[in-house]
Order: sequence, then C-alpha cells, then structure tokens
Amino acid sequence: MGGKYKTPMLDELEKGPWPSFVTEIKKAAKRTEMADDELGQVEKSYKTKRGYWKHGGIVGVLGYGGGVIGRYSSLPDEFPGIAHFHTVRLNQPSGFFYTAEALRMIMDIWDKYGSGLTNMHGSTGDLVLLGTTTENLEVLFAEYSSRGWDLGGSGSAMRTPSCCVGQARCEWACIDSMAICNEVTQYYQDQLHRPSFPYKFKIKVAGCACDCVAAIARADLSIIGTWKDNIRIDQAEVKKYADAGMNIQSEIVDMCPTDCMRYDGKTLKINDAQCNRCMHCIAKMTKALKQGKVKGASILVGSKAPIVVGSLLSWVVVPFMELEAPFDNLKDLADKMIEWWDDNAKPRERIGELIEVKGMRPFLEAIEMPPVPQQVKYPRKDPFFFWSESDFN
Amino acid sequence: MSLPERQTDIGPPHYEKFLPPVIKKNYGKWAYHEVLSGGTMVHVAESGDKLYTVRVASPRILSTDTIREICDMAEKYCDGYLRFTTRNNVEFLVSDKSKVDPLLAELKAKKYSVGGIGPRISNIVHTQGWVHCHSACTDASGIVKAVMDELHDYFTTKTLPNKVRLAVACCVNMCGAVHCSDIAVVAIHRKVPVIDHDTVGKMCEIPTTVSSCPTSAIRPNPKTKSITINEEKCMYCGNCFTVCPPIEIHNPQQDGVAIVVGGKVGSLRTDPKFSKLAIPYIENEPPRWPKTVAAIKNILEVYAANAKKHERVGEWIERVGWEDFFKLTGIPFTFQHIDDFTFMRDTLRNSAAFKY
Repeated sequence: MGGKYKTPMLDELEKGPWPSFVTEIKKAAKRTEMADDELGQVEKSYKTKRGYWKHGGIVGVLGYGGGVIGRYSSLPDEFPGIAHFHTVRLNQPSGFFYTAEALRMIMDIWDKYGSGLTNMHGSTGDLVLLGTTTENLEVLFAEYSSRGWDLGGSGSAMRTPSCCVGQARCEWACIDSMAICNEVTQYYQDQLHRPSFPYKFKIKVAGCACDCVAAIARADLSIIGTWKDNIRIDQAEVKKYADAGMNIQSEIVDMCPTDCMRYDGKTLKINDAQCNRCMHCIAKMTKALKQGKVKGASILVGSKAPIVVGSLLSWVVVPFMELEAPFDNLKDLADKMIEWWDDNAKPRERIGELIEVKGMRPFLEAIEMPPVPQQVKYPRKDPFFFWSESDFN
Repeated sequence: MSLPERQTDIGPPHYEKFLPPVIKKNYGKWAYHEVLSGGTMVHVAESGDKLYTVRVASPRILSTDTIREICDMAEKYCDGYLRFTTRNNVEFLVSDKSKVDPLLAELKAKKYSVGGIGPRISNIVHTQGWVHCHSACTDASGIVKAVMDELHDYFTTKTLPNKVRLAVACCVNMCGAVHCSDIAVVAIHRKVPVIDHDTVGKMCEIPTTVSSCPTSAIRPNPKTKSITINEEKCMYCGNCFTVCPPIEIHNPQQDGVAIVVGGKVGSLRTDPKFSKLAIPYIENEPPRWPKTVAAIKNILEVYAANAKKHERVGEWIERVGWEDFFKLTGIPFTFQHIDDFTFMRDTLRNSAAFKY
C-alpha cells in the first residue's frame, strides 16, 4: 500500500533537520489506506490553501457523550479512505509517563483499528489517536478499557485534567501535581464522559509558579503550587554560584521584582516578608535556594483562549490552600465553582466570561471565599459600586 | 470474534505503574538538577540518587512505527521508561549513567534531534491545521517544520537570553497557548464570510448563530429565514462558522497568519503576559512559508542581540518600550496594531513620556 498520490509540495517538508510529520504520515500510509488518503488530501490543501474537513459530527461509544470527535472529509469520493477519520482521545496518565510495554499495547490495537497516526499529545493533554471509522469505535473502546485505558473528555464537559511532572522529577513542585491531577480526574469521571456543562471546563495543575503546564493561561481552574514561609538559603552553595561566574547582583538581586534581596559579595539575604514567591531566584540558583516548608497551592480561575470575547488569564481567588491527599478541600471548592457556573451560565459561556458578566462578588460568595487584597492588582477606580443588605449589618 | 469486556469510568491508569524505580524511591525528594547540554539534564535526589533525562524533538504527529522505535530505545537504555513533555518532546529517563552516551549515539545515528532544555527554543506547541481540522486557515505542522528547520541550532546548542516559547495556532480558537507565548503564529481570516442562505435555514439554530458573534454583527433575517452580517462590525473571527457551517469564512487567497509576541505563563520576575500583535498579516505560502519563517527569525535574533540575560521576550520589550521594538525589528506599525476591541482602554498610551 502507499504511494497512491504524488506529493511534491509535502515532499519539500521532508527536507531539513527537524523531524517531519510528512515522513510520519508516509510511514503509516505504507500500511493503511486511511493514512495514504490523508496524505493525498493534505497535499491538495497545500496546493489550494484550504482545508477539506467537515465540522465534527456526533459519534461516540455507548453510554459516553464524549471522548471521540467525529471527523469526515468533505471530499469522500476523491479520498474514500478518510470519509470517516474520527479522533479518539485516550486519557493520558498523569505527567505523561509511560512504559514501552504500555505504549506498544496501545499502538498494536491502534494499528488494527485505525490509521496508524497519533498525536503525542493533544493540546489538552490526551493521547490522541488520529483517524478511525464509526464502526471501529466500540471495538477500540472495548480493547482499551478492558486493558485499563479510558477515554478523555470532549464537548461541553469536564475536559481531561493535566499537570506538570511535579514531584516525580522536580525539586520545585510545592504540591503533588500528578496525584492531584489523577485524583480530580477520577472524581469527575461522570462529568468527563457525559457532557452536561454549559461549555468546556479545564483543570490544570502546576507544581510552582514556573507553570510548565500553562495552567494560568489554559485552564478554567488553575492550581499552582506555592509556599508561605521563608526561603531556605545555603550560603556555601551561593558562594559556589558566585565562584562559577554568576553575577549575583545583576542576575538575581537586581531582577527580584520586590527588591527584597541583598548581596554583599559574601552573604545573600532575603527579606521574606517582602518576597512575592515569583520563583526567579530559586529557578536560577536551585542548589542554593529552596522554597519554605509550608507548602500548598494558589487557586486561580477563568483563563481561556480568545473565543468569544477575548483571551483571559486566570484570576486569583484562593491565595493559599494546603493540598494533601485525598484533596477533599479542592474537590469541594471545584464543586462549588462548577455548580455556580452551571446554574448561571448561558450555553457556550466559560466560567471566566460568566464572572465578567456577573461580577466577582457573587462568585466569591458562591465558593464562600472572603474578599482579600491578593485577588486584585488594585481596587476599583470608579466610584460606582453595589451595596447588599448584608453589607449594612 | 468476541470482544473483551468493556469497562466504563475507570479513568486513566495510575501513573505509579509507569514510574522508574529511581523516581518511585525519590518521589518528592529531589534536591536539585543541572542542565548538562542542550538536550540532557540530571536530577539529583536528597538520597544522592541520580536520574538522567535525554530530551528529543517530535513532530507531535507520530506514526505507530516511530513510537515503537522510541519504545525499543527506551527498553535498551531506560528499562522501558519514558515520558512526553507538555510541549510534545520525548524524554528518555535514564537511571544508569553509563547508558547516556550510547543512547545519544543511537539517537544521533537515527537522526533524532536532541535539545530543548535550558535557555533555548523548545518544541513548538501547535494545532491540527489542514491535517485534521475543519476551521484551520493554515497548516500548523508545515509552519512548525519550516520554522524549526531554520531555528534548529537554537533547539540543540545555541543559547538565548532565556527560554523562548513558540506556538502555532491554525485559527483564532487557539488550541495551543498562543495567547501567552514569546513568539507565536495565529492564522486569521480577513474577509466577511459568505452566507449560503438556503442552507442556513435548514442547518443552523438562528439564536445560537446570532449570539456566537463577539461584536454583535449578526442579526436574524426572518424574510430569508437566515441571518445578515453587518460588514462594518465583523472582525472575521469565524465563530459563526463554527456554530453554522453554511457561513463560509474561508477565503484561501486572503487567509494568512499574524505574528504575536511577548507572552509568558510563568510568574518569574514579572506577571504572566498575553502575547501582543507584532505583524498583522503574512500570506500563506505552503509548503515552507518563507516570509513567516524569516519574520520569526528576525524577531528572535533582535531579541537575542538586545535582551539582558534572563529576560523573556515580553520583559525585554516592556523594558525598552514597544516603540523601540518596532524600530529595532523594522516591523511597520499599522492601524491593526491599535486595539479597537476588548482591551482598547488599557492599551492606548496616556503618558507624555515615550521614545522615538
């Protein structure tokens, strides 16, 4: 099989040092008509500068309302192999850890029932299996679920939560981000597989303010590790950084956003009361500086991409929360957020957009959080504000 | 053939099954890490145990063949343990130091790109494009390939003032963190959609279509049982097309890409930032998008030549000022750069202090 189409445009993208997606599609095209027709259709897109996919259709597995995204070519007569080309989202393990044995099992089944193409991974975090037919969906689900692998989320539902590598391999993780991610994924299985929300809801867990999973930009509920007490300093290690050529004054002290550090050429001092825990000094001097020992997470809410009324970054709602297994306090908080959103949102309205419409006060009251200065960059500028009866007591 | 018994709502397999013994033993007890080269690092635990990581580029679209090849190498050098990063790189988790160099040698022989660690470019987060999406107005994978071929040395060896995070989104839905990336490509439309009125009435929910428009440009038209679009208000976002396919937003001759810069997600030094518009339009030039590649390279190299050590692209621009950014990069400033949407009030200058 394979080689049904001449692909002079795509062949140009097999040149050069970066790994080529065209080469990957061609490898699969040697075995499946699907991948071969995919290659032919993409070449046509390169010639005409437009895509040939229809809007997603509703397909899935019995009892689930998500996890599969229907995809059909708009040129099924020309490219019959991709008349159906559905995406299956497999829920990834926390931290994207695998064994070769597990991955091989997933690939063997995929080669039997799909195109042989994958995304490792999709933008939300799922292991994405790219291209299969409607009739193969139940078979795939039985094969995978019987071996311990379930589908991820899609549509107006809890989406597959994801997280950074966390305490598995990072000294900066203030929380067990992989355990939290796994725990909330298990807790929300029903909401993940049976869309019943106004729109999508994403949860991401980052171990520290470096935010390697972009929680603050890409999750309705952003959980970001932090600490409360003093940074621990190893002055001998500070000296080693200086001896190795680091300019501690210009690279560390002068770049501290709160001007809370001093260095006299020998000793590094931190006025911890002024530190805002941004992670710059710790990230640059990881052997010399360690976070404090009172660790937990900041909870932020609302971020999303531009559709519909502009992008949002998440807002701080709970400045500090201790997070220990089984993370019941986090689940309670998330439940309250989702309930308020579900009760108040229009269809296709994300929680951040709803807060913009309704105001932060009803949201904070719904999650039973008091107003605190950590929630704002600055207080309001205009003299227009609401009073409630409860404010007069 | 009978199928195995399906299970529902079991969730993902527990991650512990996939952790190498050195991670299980030292979970939560890592002391520090050191970057050893552009694509290798070592994590050292409080116990003194070490874990070597070798990071390798991937095009994100992977065939089962390549995944099996990666599995073979993981078994040969890492007892089968590997992971992927949030930016779609592959990481080999090597517990035995003596296996690092042989792994690197095999990767080199097989032409894998090792890199992406430290103050460099990592893999480009990107979307499906023409490969698999109905709303794509460019091909994400093709742009990524062309850009990374050109910037390959910044992935493997060359260093920059800080890490630079690139992203490509094939439409404004932005299924990647384009809105908070150092340098990013977002594909855009520039023409008011063309409506197939006969089909709208049959296929679409009119109220949903009307409310999908962020600028209130769409009104119902009871006469045609369709909708009308106020052309002066339309900003070509394509959200109406998403909910109502007969509203055709694609225009292959006019669609193209915009370049945005200066975003970040970390809170280090300065607050997380949105990316802002640098170049409003570059035409689609498959297969290798030479103008887009050149534009990104120009911004990257001007940043590299002018930023202080540890400054991200957005931090450098905010220090020197956007007027300097346009001067240094030679990018023309246009009406499209001035916000006339959600953020106008916040983005216009209200100070008498600025540069020329």
